[in-house]
Amino acid sequence: MEYLIGIQGPDFVLVAADNVAASSIIQMKHDYDKMFKLSEKILMLCVGEAGDTVQFAEYIQKNVQLYKMRNGYELSPAAAANFTRKNLAEYLRSRTPYHVNLLLAGYDDTDGPGLYYMDYLSSLAKAPFAAHGYGRFILNLPSFTVRLIDKEGIHDLEKLTSGAK
Amino acid sequence: MALEDVCGFEETLLHRKWFPASYLEDSATSYRTTDSYNSGLRQEKSVGNNGTPLHFLMPALPYSTTFNRRRSFPVPPANHSVTVRRPFPLSHGTTTLGFIFQGGVIAAADTRASAGGLVACPAVHKITPIHSHLVVTSSGSGADCMLWERILAREIRLYQLRHRRRLSIRGAAKLLSFMLHPFKGTEVCVALTLCGWDKELIYVCSDGARLQGDVFSVGSGSPYAYGVLDRELRWTLSKDEAVSLAREAVFRATHRDAYSGNNVDLFLITAKGWSQRKREDLKEEYYRDMERRAKRVEERKRLTEIDASR
Repeated sequence: MEYLIGIQGPDFVLVAADNVAASSIIQMKHDYDKMFKLSEKILMLCVGEAGDTVQFAEYIQKNVQLYKMRNGYELSPAAAANFTRKNLAEYLRSRTPYHVNLLLAGYDDTDGPGLYYMDYLSSLAKAPFAAHGYGRFILNLPSFTVRLIDKEGIHDLEKLTSGAK
Repeated sequence: MALEDVCGFEETLLHRKWFPASYLEDSATSYRTTDSYNSGLRQEKSVGNNGTPLHFLMPALPYSTTFNRRRSFPVPPANHSVTVRRPFPLSHGTTTLGFIFQGGVIAAADTRASAGGLVACPAVHKITPIHSHLVVTSSGSGADCMLWERILAREIRLYQLRHRRRLSIRGAAKLLSFMLHPFKGTEVCVALTLCGWDKELIYVCSDGARLQGDVFSVGSGSPYAYGVLDRELRWTLSKDEAVSLAREAVFRATHRDAYSGNNVDLFLITAKGWSQRKREDLKEEYYRDMERRAKRVEERKRLTEIDASR
């Protein structure tokens, strides 16, 4: 079961995601990174159906970077979140919807830290803390990638492991 | 196929006569739109122009009218695909594996093709070289795998002709993944592991997953193969140890899994290219293993008898 969690602090956002890429009952990878860097201060965490996650996340990632190239400045986290939501909503009522659950975390230089929760029905909510997944079987998951976003940018923190190595 | 494409043959009338109900043509986001690279975005329109400078001139055939008339039986119109019901249930029985070690990349697979409970063919090639430095192991539906391997080979060759450099393994995996994406949700079932010279192993499947890793095993026999691999696999294996580990993993998987068996194919990919080991019948290995066990049991019996008689 895939798990994402995000916590917004006074001047930072902390996010963590599990590292398992599974195919039915087989764990195919134990060091899979589910976080996609949209810009210097925005991270998108994406879980859901196998191919949809990477396809959708990379699409958003490239478009956000394209915006920066065209206009010279980066999209704010709120704008990126709304852009993502709009895209997800457009595909929702097509023949090929994307089944992905997202957390978008970012630091805006004027508004401060922000955490956005989005689910596969493209509902968007700005929240102080949010999670996706069941989390009950956390002890079975080998490790978590943890990252922190503050006014300096994105920092990698130490990977959390389940204890016994 | 690659030459056809470069010359724009698909646009001519003759091609349409020969392949009127080709499902590939109807699928609007078909793999042919690699020129515009928009196949990953599920667009409903296909870009018809290949932008090719050559025009393939076909001679007018004298019997072209009779050829047309022959196709009088109902052919489904080109713009909606008819699902053909399979005469037997598909079963994705196979054991394929690939792993990286200091001496290169090993790809191994069994050779049984099963259709339900029947062994359709005992000597299938599940590992296909795409070019001198890229080998692909396939599992899932045999027909789909064969087709998509050919399509991948074609697109890699086209890339090489157009850009005058070889596409990287990651690039090939991404290209394949994007080409498979429009068929997600249909019954296409393809799970390929690309094993490349630059010590990369990438698993691509028709669900859309694209994973890079150090060891992959795919198919109904994969849990058994993983069990053997996870125990002994290390980066520092020698070439012989790696080959024997791969052989052992496939052998154990074929022993326990009903849908894998017959022979084992083994490829080793290094910076110099791929090399294939002679196909080995696992029946011999099974008998050797039985003999070894019998000897061990005898030895133990002998020792306990000696102990008892003391």
